[in-house]
Amino acid sequence: MTQAPTDTLAVELCGVDKSFYGVKANDNVDFKLAQGEVHALLGENGAGKSTLCSILAGLYRPDAGDVFFEGEEVTFKNPKEALASGVGMVYQHFRLVSNLTVAENFALGHPDTGVRLNQKEIHKAARELGEKYDLPIDPAARIWQLSVGEQQRVEILKLLYRNVKILILDEPTAVLTPQEGQALFKTMRQMAAEGRSVIFVSHKLDEVKQVSDRVTVLRNGKTVGGVATADADTRELARMMVGRDLVLPTRDTVEDFGDVMLSVKDLHVPGDRGLEAVRGMSFDIREGEVIGIAGVSGNGQRELAYGLVGLRKPSAGSVVLDGADITNNTVLEHIDAHQGYVPQSRLGMGLAPGLTTDENLALKAYRSPPYSKGRRLVASAFRDEGDRIVDEYDIRGVRPGLPIRLLSGGNLQKALVAREIELEPKVLILRSPTRGLDVGATEQVRNLILKERARGVATLLISEDLDELLALSDRLLVIFEGEIVGEMPAEEATAERLGLLMSGQVEEASA
Amino acid sequence: MNESLLMLTVMAAIGLGTPLIFATVGEILTERSGILNLGVQGMMLIGAVAGFWATFTTGNLFLGVVIAIFAGAALSSIHAFLSITLRVSQIVSGLALAIFGTGLASFLGRAGGNPLVGNPSRAVFEPVFTGSITEIPLIGPLLFGQDLLVYLSWAIAAGASYYLFHTRMGLSLRAVGEDPASAESAGVNVSRIRYTHVLIGGALAGLGGAYFSLALTPTWQDDPIGAAGWIAIALVILSSWRPGRAVFAAYLFGAAERVQFTLQTLGEPWSDIPSTLLAMLPFVLAIIAMIVLTSGKRARYLGAPEALAIPYFREQR
Ligand SMILES: Nc1ncnc2c1ncn2[C@@H]1O[C@H](COP(=O)(O)OP(=O)(O)OP(=O)(O)O)[C@@H](O)[C@H]1O
Ligand SMILES: [Mg+2]
Repeated sequence: MTQAPTDTLAVELCGVDKSFYGVKANDNVDFKLAQGEVHALLGENGAGKSTLCSILAGLYRPDAGDVFFEGEEVTFKNPKEALASGVGMVYQHFRLVSNLTVAENFALGHPDTGVRLNQKEIHKAARELGEKYDLPIDPAARIWQLSVGEQQRVEILKLLYRNVKILILDEPTAVLTPQEGQALFKTMRQMAAEGRSVIFVSHKLDEVKQVSDRVTVLRNGKTVGGVATADADTRELARMMVGRDLVLPTRDTVEDFGDVMLSVKDLHVPGDRGLEAVRGMSFDIREGEVIGIAGVSGNGQRELAYGLVGLRKPSAGSVVLDGADITNNTVLEHIDAHQGYVPQSRLGMGLAPGLTTDENLALKAYRSPPYSKGRRLVASAFRDEGDRIVDEYDIRGVRPGLPIRLLSGGNLQKALVAREIELEPKVLILRSPTRGLDVGATEQVRNLILKERARGVATLLISEDLDELLALSDRLLVIFEGEIVGEMPAEEATAERLGLLMSGQVEEASA
Repeated sequence: MNESLLMLTVMAAIGLGTPLIFATVGEILTERSGILNLGVQGMMLIGAVAGFWATFTTGNLFLGVVIAIFAGAALSSIHAFLSITLRVSQIVSGLALAIFGTGLASFLGRAGGNPLVGNPSRAVFEPVFTGSITEIPLIGPLLFGQDLLVYLSWAIAAGASYYLFHTRMGLSLRAVGEDPASAESAGVNVSRIRYTHVLIGGALAGLGGAYFSLALTPTWQDDPIGAAGWIAIALVILSSWRPGRAVFAAYLFGAAERVQFTLQTLGEPWSDIPSTLLAMLPFVLAIIAMIVLTSGKRARYLGAPEALAIPYFREQR
């Protein structure tokens, strides 16, 4: 840590309560943020981190409790007031208007007087700010044209453009490559050195160790405690978070796998804008093998998954599952062929947010018994099977009859993975299955995946998270601009080597 | 077709298009904020009757216009409250408004000891300029032969276009219609923007209604505006939510409505086409335009505000 934070308090929260539909997301939370420090906020999924941050940012109104800003009591009625006082937040799900340009997002809601929108001036200011913080951006680009990493840059610069004194970053590293993550930490330290305070939410303990000055841990909506980062080791922090010791599972090395279960030959899949996003990929997955696909998001991962599960018609090439050509099959035929799929967006594609947990768990199997008899659905089967799965996979927070979207991220993911596993898949296609999950939930989901592997399932793991890839894969492929640019057994893979390949740098022949 | 007949048709198209410009630009601004107000027909009718009544009682044309504007805005405030504050389904609330406004206008036109119905207006909008300037071929009548509200409609369309794309408020408006959650976290007051623009939409619809009763057909009748309110909603799509294009879309429909009269005057064989068939023309045009514009790949570039008709609640998951 380069700079010692000052003792002046920037923000203090006392006894903050916030409930949603009877669930206490924050329960008498105390939180102190000093000026000039990077303060990490740790906690399991659903511990209430985002809720606490959103209260500070003026998005949510607390049911009870006081907020002190620079020693004075304040109530932020909306984000506008918080921003005016200098509190800004980069949300877990970015809040940029995707049809507008970068510069327009900068100008949006900015308290500058003047009626006219002076594009030129904003472009200039945006560019200068980007240079100052070493976060280059193109002010004229539209948000949807940017990668997630770039979008995050825009979010951060947008707040610096407002000259905020307190920056809240809710799980900023979940979407970044290791290199991008390191760059972000540099920016965070730079902001702290300027006397700003940074709140940093993360599940990754080594990141917290590396970048923060202090840590506050939340569990079940309550404050467990705060410590100086230097005085705590990662095991201790993990114990504070989940209340027990944790060991993240890793796979055991297997020498010989079974027969080839999924064979992909010269696959081409079109992208959204006509161009090809997957440009000739070939690989085989054998029974009991996990193949990891590493890459910066936006390099064809989504289209690869779509092409494999029948959501998008490949323009060339073939996909063979257990001897049968399924290249042009429909989604339903893929499901019937025992292919499981965990998409990236849990609520967008994986689950139906408005349906209940029971209904979601039956979403792929409802056509056959016990869920249906002939053309009729059997209500009791939904209930019984639902209860069984919820029990077996330890899905928490389920409230009968209420929509599944109210569950926390970790539990949504467990439900999604459980449903796919219940199909008894031969092949599993997984997109970032532990993205955004806390250590406890990550442990559970990884265990589920490894159990399926032991059962002989052929698994394709497409992820941006190198820790996850390294922990689960037997073999790693690196994808760049729709092509495989590197391949290695897991034993030879390191985060550095993968990181370089992912950014498009060609390996030396000797490596 | 001879020249003067063409000119007559164009002038009539401008007249019939003017109320459509007001209502369409108003609805564009409303929809740009993410609120769909299907009550345009009702608001126009209320504007028409209120404006007519005010001018009928006072003889003051401008008072009529002002009252029409307020009446349209007042009716739209019901929709604003239901859809923004109470987050009721905007379709239901808008349709209710259309039905309510239609009934109320008809009732008001017949109520009281001396009902409005059948009466001519005491004052009527006339062309602003007179004399030789209007006799310049072509541009004379087109540019200088119009009444004040026509010029106002051009100003409003141009102003709305500038407002939307070149001002800070316009940026906030577009952002709120696209992505209210992001706009709110950037410090925009979503409710205020939505309320403001629903009211502006209502005001402009009211003004459009008044153009019928104080300029186009200045005698109160039960059905003074035809289906203009519904056509305006279609024109919003046709102009892909851009006020500038609304002018052309409105005149196109004005022309389509006028064509039946023009064909009558042309004599055989044109006048043999049944007029009822021709009366369908604007609606057929609307349907074709919608199909062409909203089908296939083109729909993506149409630019419907992303959050249109979706209620927004800040603490929603
Ligand atoms: N807007 C909301 N509506 C309903 N319930 C909510 C809402 N926001 C949070 N919750 C609930 O409050 C609890 C805390 O959620 P919160 O998002 O603050 O957790 P978190 O610590 O940020 O978790 P994660 O690591 O998954 O992001 C959860 O049980 C969640 O389901
Ligand atoms: Mg969170």
